[in-house]
Amino acid sequence: MLARVIGAGVAGLCAAYALARKGVEVEIVERECAPGLGCSRFAGGMIAPWCELESAEPLVATLGEEALDFWSREIGIATIAGSLVVAPARERAELADFARRTRNFDSLDATDIAALEPDLAGRFDAALFFRQEAHLDPRAALIALTGRLAQTPNVTLHFHQDAAALATIPDWIIDCRGFAARDALPGLRGVKGEMLILRSDEISLTRPVRMLHPRRPVYVVPRGEGLFMVGATMIENEERARVTARSVVELVNSAFAVHPAFAEAEIVETGSDLRPAFANNLPRLLKRGHTLYINGLYRHGFLLAPALARRAAEVVVNDAYFPEVMDADSNQRAAAGCERDDVANAAGRTGV
Amino acid sequence: MHNDTVTLYDVTLSSRLLLGTARYPSPAILAEAIRASGCEIVTVSLRREAGGARAGEAFWSLIRDVGVRVLPNTAGCRTAKEAIATAQMAREVFATDWIKLEVIGEEDTLQPDVFGLVDAARALSDDGFKVFPYTTDDLVVAEKLLDAGCRVLMPWAAPIGSGRGVNNAFALRALRAHFPDTPLIVDAGLGAPSHAALVMEMGYDAVLLNTAVSRAGDPVLMARAFALAIEAGRAGFRAQPMTPRDMAEPSTPIIGRPFDRLA
Repeated sequence: MLARVIGAGVAGLCAAYALARKGVEVEIVERECAPGLGCSRFAGGMIAPWCELESAEPLVATLGEEALDFWSREIGIATIAGSLVVAPARERAELADFARRTRNFDSLDATDIAALEPDLAGRFDAALFFRQEAHLDPRAALIALTGRLAQTPNVTLHFHQDAAALATIPDWIIDCRGFAARDALPGLRGVKGEMLILRSDEISLTRPVRMLHPRRPVYVVPRGEGLFMVGATMIENEERARVTARSVVELVNSAFAVHPAFAEAEIVETGSDLRPAFANNLPRLLKRGHTLYINGLYRHGFLLAPALARRAAEVVVNDAYFPEVMDADSNQRAAAGCERDDVANAAGRTGV
Repeated sequence: MHNDTVTLYDVTLSSRLLLGTARYPSPAILAEAIRASGCEIVTVSLRREAGGARAGEAFWSLIRDVGVRVLPNTAGCRTAKEAIATAQMAREVFATDWIKLEVIGEEDTLQPDVFGLVDAARALSDDGFKVFPYTTDDLVVAEKLLDAGCRVLMPWAAPIGSGRGVNNAFALRALRAHFPDTPLIVDAGLGAPSHAALVMEMGYDAVLLNTAVSRAGDPVLMARAFALAIEAGRAGFRAQPMTPRDMAEPSTPIIGRPFDRLA
């Protein structure tokens, strides 16, 4: 069986990996000259299934838990050092709200914070620590994954290749084009995100730090060698590749609030792209004939790609069916353990 | 009860709840919250989402599909000039002359700059806009906004996103008493459904919410809870509540007490 995976971002590479492990002959086709040149390269790379519960449906955490093992053990590129969530003293209500929505954390006081991240000593008097979460460098992860695929005999990689121009017809097409698949998926929208990479030798962090704020939440992910990824804006527009001055000011300002030394950091890079999302911000496997779309990973590319890839491989090889990612909206939420339909029904019954 | 409508400019509505559209977990949950609450007007922030051209179209069309009226706002604008330019862009993008006017004077509390607000309200009203000004509870500013051409006022209860409820009940009551015929919408600062019931009992015409719903653990259920509270508060206002009596401090001499106390 030949499967053609279109798109060598995190979704496509993970899908290729899962298919190859099932013995499928896989051909990866990417229009760019290298893997991960789409929005994957701007990811935070936080494998944080429980932190994400702050704004994501329970399904995201359920699927995301599979990513911890995949990235840290199977690919061996993620570090499990936990995530630290802090808030400025006057925004303590944000920390309480965050704790209410999430799980699998310990509450820390100032002493614990100083022990965990000495450079943050004295800066915050309370934090949440999600001990089991991990982080990775997205670019290094995609290179590692590509390297692994290149060594696999039943996988071929084709860069600088337009999939539409290929004459041969594979048994399956696995469409992992992200926002570019909008031509085929009309419900898909882009949610703009902007990020910075800063370099500072004055600060050392061991794990991602999320600082909560009602208007300008930020996360700082250590990338090693003095580099820190600072992200990310979430803007409901589809304007690609334009980092605004306002966003830079806000991101730098928030990083500064995490640690004042960031004010002196070098801005190494600014980046912007579109997160592909469906209306419910949940991922979807969409089967149309012998094309399988993996899309809607939204802000959770690295977190969700391994779980979706495994399911996609099961669909292709064993004709499996996964309602939580293959059903229409309402069923997805039901599978995710939410009761919103009941609320909607209650509203309907009273006729208001 | 069923004929109890509110008219904002020339549009008559049966729902007295307006919802902001920011910071929901997803557009799908936003849409469900709108449906569950029966809300008929949503505000949409234009300035940031707009970007170049019509880059926000995908999100806006999701909102339009719910079938509610869009009240674009000038959130994030810090000068009258900026707010006016944003309003003009909004009129083009959303094909409406309605504009929720925000001119922010202080970044920390997001308190309105009432001077810039009045200037922008006058310019926009002269230009044919129907202006919904986000203002403080100041009576004189309210007067000036009406002079500038506004026919609806949107005073705050507390700073945006604070969820504190009514900070100054006296000022809100004074505003209501002073402008009995102007639609008054409490915009900003409410956190719990009981806050909304309170301002509706004071005789406010409607309530605008965003954070209290979008950041609730279950936004859809919270939207519904607010809708019920607003309906209850409004009904309570119309039903003319009894005047509270201070029975703990009798002002009459002992001889005037009811007989049972004398036994």
